[in-house]
Amino acid sequence: MLEQPWELNGSVAIRPEPFGALLYDFTTRRLTFLKDPRLVAVVEGLAMAPTVGEALDRAGVPAAERAGFDAALHRLAEQRMITRRTA
Amino acid sequence: MTLAPERPAATGTRLVDHFEHGLDAPICLTWELTYACNLACVHCLSSSGRRDPRELTTEECFGLIEEFESMKVFYVNIGGGEPTVRPDFWEIVDHAVAHNVGVKFSTNGFRITPERAERLARTDYVDVQVSLDGATPEVNDRVRGAGTFDAALRALRHLRDAGMQDTKLSVVCTRENIPQLDRFKEIADEHGAMLRLTRLRPAGRGAEVWNDLHPLPDQQRTIYDWLVAHGEGVLTGDSFFHLAAYGDALPGLNLCGAGRVVCLVDPVGDVYACPFAIHDRFLAGNVRGEGFGSVWRDAPLFRELRSPQTGGACTRCSAYDACRGGCMAAKFFTGLPLDGPDPECVKGNATEALAAVAGGTRPSPSQDHSHSGPVRNAPVPVTIARRPPASPCDESPVGPGRDPLTTG
Ligand code: SF4
Ligand code: SF4
Repeated sequence: MLEQPWELNGSVAIRPEPFGALLYDFTTRRLTFLKDPRLVAVVEGLAMAPTVGEALDRAGVPAAERAGFDAALHRLAEQRMITRRTA
Repeated sequence: MTLAPERPAATGTRLVDHFEHGLDAPICLTWELTYACNLACVHCLSSSGRRDPRELTTEECFGLIEEFESMKVFYVNIGGGEPTVRPDFWEIVDHAVAHNVGVKFSTNGFRITPERAERLARTDYVDVQVSLDGATPEVNDRVRGAGTFDAALRALRHLRDAGMQDTKLSVVCTRENIPQLDRFKEIADEHGAMLRLTRLRPAGRGAEVWNDLHPLPDQQRTIYDWLVAHGEGVLTGDSFFHLAAYGDALPGLNLCGAGRVVCLVDPVGDVYACPFAIHDRFLAGNVRGEGFGSVWRDAPLFRELRSPQTGGACTRCSAYDACRGGCMAAKFFTGLPLDGPDPECVKGNATEALAAVAGGTRPSPSQDHSHSGPVRNAPVPVTIARRPPASPCDESPVGPGRDPLTTG
């Protein structure tokens, strides 16, 4: 995943909240919470970054915390909140 | 509610801890479009029946939807009254969908014709919830009125046949229908619907029948065990977190979200902390004056609800962390202090206080739109006190199954 281009799923809306953000998928009616503002920055930055790894860099996620962010991104991918960018 | 020094924050990272301080916009917003209803259910939480001449106009409804959109309110739970009674109902739904505000609406099913069902099935972002309060006509129609069982099942069939996904079958749990939980699940399954069980709250006309209809103590246990056995396959919103005191927390929102993640906009534009709290005590403002956003953000009532609350007598209870003293509205309308046990406290800690509430001192709803004359289909009260329907929104912000929490 780290080497691939990803993006927020087109049917998902993102709303900033004091603790991070809420994501809502209009298709699956699923609600998800991002509880770290840096994760919000990563997710929002995916579409503009060539790879997921680059999005993590740009959001200033230090190497020591990568594993946690990686796991969170995988969970979001399982829920199809984020999807692999094809074009 | 009493303001009090903060309880030590449990971990500071659980979502409920964030929710306690409120969100920038509600997740569970109920919007009751009209007080008009073609039925007269005995337990109607909003005491509906007759239209109120001050109800929001079509233009005002459109404006409100646009404000919801700008606040990123993802969806609204539309109820009433019976929302489909409004002649502009479908226009309002279309406007919401066009403005990226999803619609979940509650109906008694009478107006869900095959044509409507097909149109609904073709519209993205719209979910339908059909109310049924008995798994047999005998049990259902006594509460909701003659012919309402058949109407609800007809609507479910039309929706299924039209290919509608995710219809919900919404049941308010009562003393009479708790033995029918399995049958409700079958009815839902047969129609490709999801079962949603909610709590009977003593709100609106529900207050009048609460004593006769609310679950007996052993039935509470039945509900809890049944919910544990069915896990995420059944929706409950925030209905049963007071039952968490039996053991493990149930899926759903385990906190009173009133004014924090939950609110109600009523047909005349009044904003209340919760659809089950239609009383001046919980009235935050009106959308006609300042607009919805400023009421949500700044109303003194909402600020109060978002500030740390004391659990009163409950703080000494071993189950407090899971149960949190239960439902604010249930306490209020049974005349109990807000910072004490829920009237249905499973540890029996409300029994004395309930007994001490003198007859006639319970707060009554600040408004009543009940039909004053006879209603076609009116329920034939047998043991039940008197009059009428509604459509609760306690759609869970974090409902089980559909909306599991995922956090980063
Ligand atoms: S008052 Fe009761 S129904 Fe309303 S949000 Fe709180 S717990 Fe839910
Ligand atoms: S005493 Fe309060 S916290 Fe304990 S179970 Fe009863 S309502 Fe819940």
